[in-house]
Amino acid sequence: MKSIIETTEDIEGAGDPSTDGGQLSYRQLIWRRFRKNRMGVISGALLILFYGLAIGADFFAPYHYNEINMRLRHVPPQRLHFSLSYGFYVHGLKSVRNPESLELEFTKDIARSYPVKFFFKDADGKRHFFSSAGPMFLLGTDRMGRDLLSRIMYGARVSMTIGLVGVLLSIVLGSILGTISGYWGGWVDNLIQRIIEILSAFPDIPLWMALGAALPPGWSSIQIYFGITVILSIIRWGGLARQVRGKVLAYRESDFVMAARAAGAGHWHIITKHLLPGCYSHIIVIATLAIPGMILGETALSFLGLGIRPPMTSWGVLLEEAQRVTVLLHYPWLIFPAVPVLVVVIAFNFLGDALRDAADPYSD
Amino acid sequence: MNEPLWKRYLIWISGFVRGNFGESFEYKREVDELIWDRIAFTLLISIGSLIFTYIVAIPLGIYSATHQYKWSDHFLTFLSFVGMSIPAFLLALSLMVFAFDIFGVPLFGLFSAYYEGAPWTWGKLNDLFKHLWIPVIVVGINGTASLMRIMRGNLLDVLGQPFVQTARAKGLKETVVVAKHAVRIAINPLISILGMSLPGILSGSAIVSIVLGLPTVGPILLNSLLNEDIYLAGTLIMMLSLLLVIGNLLADIALAWVDPRIRYE
Repeated sequence: MKSIIETTEDIEGAGDPSTDGGQLSYRQLIWRRFRKNRMGVISGALLILFYGLAIGADFFAPYHYNEINMRLRHVPPQRLHFSLSYGFYVHGLKSVRNPESLELEFTKDIARSYPVKFFFKDADGKRHFFSSAGPMFLLGTDRMGRDLLSRIMYGARVSMTIGLVGVLLSIVLGSILGTISGYWGGWVDNLIQRIIEILSAFPDIPLWMALGAALPPGWSSIQIYFGITVILSIIRWGGLARQVRGKVLAYRESDFVMAARAAGAGHWHIITKHLLPGCYSHIIVIATLAIPGMILGETALSFLGLGIRPPMTSWGVLLEEAQRVTVLLHYPWLIFPAVPVLVVVIAFNFLGDALRDAADPYSD
Repeated sequence: MNEPLWKRYLIWISGFVRGNFGESFEYKREVDELIWDRIAFTLLISIGSLIFTYIVAIPLGIYSATHQYKWSDHFLTFLSFVGMSIPAFLLALSLMVFAFDIFGVPLFGLFSAYYEGAPWTWGKLNDLFKHLWIPVIVVGINGTASLMRIMRGNLLDVLGQPFVQTARAKGLKETVVVAKHAVRIAINPLISILGMSLPGILSGSAIVSIVLGLPTVGPILLNSLLNEDIYLAGTLIMMLSLLLVIGNLLADIALAWVDPRIRYE
């Protein structure tokens, strides 16, 4: 597909760009418009990178997310040094007991330094992208001496997929009900629209909180995970269903659907072959724009202690530790999981915006 | 208490309609006594945020649209994306840490320790407003950002229409064209959005209050949920939803009042 685009680019350079548009398929047109939006492309690449890191967390993270080290609690972030002869290295740690709080406080021990090795093999024989034989906590550790960087990478698995799975659920629910609503109309339409209105009248976070609290305490991490995705998508399918309904309503009376009906096509054929394809680009855009809301929802729920529960970890779980101001004042690095949350959510917003502009290739 | 679930629910809901919300297990008091203050403060913060949102977003949206593709527009666009993306509780948390770092005062609660539990006086009211602006801004930021984008889009649409060109062709000053002709039309849809932005603001106020320890519905709801204090939790969620429905109704009425073309048959 790429070579086709490049050749048409050549033609475009020679002649009028608007005349060769007819040769390109719908998808190619979308792709070409999307590529012009720099923020969208950067965001897309960034998200692919983040998802890659999350999927490969076993390899990319320097430690396992639950590797507890009680003697190294609340270690501040260590600086990564570089010298030509030695490569990357970190300094060792010196612990001093604070006479007032009786807490161990760590400072760097310049006398010792540990090289940071790539493709490091740990004690269990597992390879890590980079790690060190000595303590190496580039983002510090939490109250149980666990490496924050590794926990963020593992947490990304939960936080970044919960949005995807939740959106998938709402797409399925929203498209089915939206199509039914728009295609058949009448009392079915009325009923579905009223249900959507009732759902949208709930303030989402309080309702999520209530549903989150209702999850049985005995559930396993995986069950909780899926419970939360269901909770997040329960409210959000309504918006999607509305949009699909609007599109279906617009197409229902159009000439090509009339023609299909006259030719004897069944309802199923008309819906799947003629109506839904017209909504695809719309659905993708709305889905992309709905993902950040779900990521934030999970983060907020876990932050309040009503979402994902330890030992499973997510960005919200990590931020829960940073909830109290007194903790944050002493250990400010605990707020760091907020950074990936922000980056991912902003990236999804930019991506969705770029897709929305690109999804309508025949405009202007 | 020994009845099946649906029967207990029916008993509770029929009591709810008559203003009897049941008893809180946790506080050993009638739910009724616990909630009204908190609902009042929730309303105060929500309405404050709403006003803040519109006062800030409309001028910024107009500025952004009239300076389309200049660097200030790009800057505002980027800022609005950040504003839409930042979760309210994080903003509250970081503001609190900064304030503590810089001023050395905890931004906790709605009153200073001196006025906590004191009877209402002018001094207490003054103290309340001193504390109120932080949650109002924090809750309002998300809505402000998205509203600004909508205002910008609307105004750009309107500015491309023939009647604006006519106004320009008549030799009117650009400021008059924008302020008198374009903005008046572009602002209309924002009122119908008023109803849509209410859930966000109520949600935001709930979670921000939990972080900032404000005496609104949020913290008591979280507490009741964690302690399975069902009558209290049920009443609070019911009340929040009622507030929303009333807000939506008011927004619809406002829309019909502003735009005479909208009539319900």
